[in-house]
Amino acid sequence: MSPMSSIRISKRFIRVWQRNLTVYQKIWKVVLLPPILEPIFYLLAFGAGLSVLVGAIHYHGSEVSYVRFIAPALLAINMMHNAFFENTYASFVRMYYQKTFDAMMATPLNLEEIMTGEIIWGATKSVIATAIMQAVISLFGLVQYPQGLLIIPLAFLAGIAFGSIGLFFTSMVRTIEMFNLPVFLFVTPMFVFSGTFFPLENLPLWAQRLAAIFPLTHLVNLTRSLSLGLMTPDLLWGLAYLGLFSLFFFPLAILRMRRRLIK
Amino acid sequence: MASVIEAKGLKKSFGDLVAVDGISFHVVQGECFGILGPNGAGKTSTIRMTYGFSPMTGGILTVFGLPISEGWRVIKTRIGVCQQENNLDPDLTVQQNLEVFARYFDVPKRQARERAEKLLEFMGLDHRKKAKVTELSGGMMRRLVLARALINDPDLLILDEPTTGLDPQSRHQVWDRLEELRAKGISILLTTHYMDEAARLCDRLVIMDHGRILVEGTPMDLIRKHVGQDVIEVATPSDALRAYMRSQSMAYEDLGHRLIIYGKEGETLFHKISNEYCQEGCILRMATLEDVFLKLTGRGLRE
Repeated sequence: MSPMSSIRISKRFIRVWQRNLTVYQKIWKVVLLPPILEPIFYLLAFGAGLSVLVGAIHYHGSEVSYVRFIAPALLAINMMHNAFFENTYASFVRMYYQKTFDAMMATPLNLEEIMTGEIIWGATKSVIATAIMQAVISLFGLVQYPQGLLIIPLAFLAGIAFGSIGLFFTSMVRTIEMFNLPVFLFVTPMFVFSGTFFPLENLPLWAQRLAAIFPLTHLVNLTRSLSLGLMTPDLLWGLAYLGLFSLFFFPLAILRMRRRLIK
Repeated sequence: MASVIEAKGLKKSFGDLVAVDGISFHVVQGECFGILGPNGAGKTSTIRMTYGFSPMTGGILTVFGLPISEGWRVIKTRIGVCQQENNLDPDLTVQQNLEVFARYFDVPKRQARERAEKLLEFMGLDHRKKAKVTELSGGMMRRLVLARALINDPDLLILDEPTTGLDPQSRHQVWDRLEELRAKGISILLTTHYMDEAARLCDRLVIMDHGRILVEGTPMDLIRKHVGQDVIEVATPSDALRAYMRSQSMAYEDLGHRLIIYGKEGETLFHKISNEYCQEGCILRMATLEDVFLKLTGRGLRE
């Protein structure tokens, strides 16, 4: 039997998700502030400060204002951050310091369900934060509807992708400080080099190719197209990439966690 | 009586290290069964296998008549586990700790609330319902862990060192609760370092060392068989006493600064020894499980 085929997940993972929701409900007021304030800060800084220097940007054959260009990227980054940080630092605290997973494993839950609950929770946080941020951005008239509504389910898929790789890192780090490595080698480069704050076409060709490996590149492209109301068939490639990325890292995270926690 | 747990040739290794070396035991319905042993004896590894936390390396292990590898989900819905570490959920209140845990067992919400209320009362925690876990004392935390282990109304309670680190008052309170539970018919599997705890709670027990079971029996039988009724302890024994002991065919241990004599007719011997060989520093006491334990596992430190 291959390790893959021994992954057994029942719908009981909901119980783990519910546990995180219960905790979230106690602190929601604090948690809701960043997605409201962050886009306002960014749009003010970049919109008022930088767009004067940048002017309009050529994107897919049309001219868009700089603020309209970066607003969807803020949404994409928000999706990445919420899921990634939930399934790295927060999951690590539950696993390592609070022994929450150990306690769960003495109940009818199994490890696969616990990890699935964690990842689905990270994706849920990504959806909640995205919905709030999108509402704020929409007040500035920066999202085209009804196409923009698809950004919400996209936030869930992105949450699974970034949560899975986050939990994969969690399964490997020895101490919480070691998360600095994936943050500075993975998250930060993506944050600046995924077509977020300037068009990828401005980079040399080799760098563009490299950027195509980043899941955030595809995610930014998707949110930007949906925000601008540009529905083109090539968006499916981006979706497929995020789907495959999740299909790879989701089971990998579970298998690595099993190796770490089951003794 | 039906066996709740049955282990045959149960084995657990971590790489080259053999933690549990083919042990066999069974726990009968309604009894309290203890596993005693020094650090590293294999106690925790053994009970972790019985609640499906660690996969077994070899042997046969059934709980409620079901093999653990196939019946783990059913088995786990019917057992309550109190792990060695206090892994209460610090993100939740006392009451939420029970209610969230009840969800893991699919206990319906209303029933979970009712059970939580009852258990908090049973454990004397009903006045701290809304408190954060981190605000509780060590004894309260332990009682909450115990309450949490009972939230699914289990048939079998598995306790890994339930009173380690507690003050005497808290220990006695936990013991009282455990005795009440046993009186209700719950089977209990327990590990402990405290011999008085084992002697008080356990109907039967095993003493393990180096992954193997050394002896099995009721606390009284083990004491009678391996130590006798009485123990005489002599501090700073004289050479004359040593010579006398060598001339007798009695079981004794010479620790250098202290002589420990095991026997049946302790009183007569005690008078003889205290009159002839030592004026002070000589006591007669009942034999305890601790004597058995130290006699069988030795006095060397385990680290």
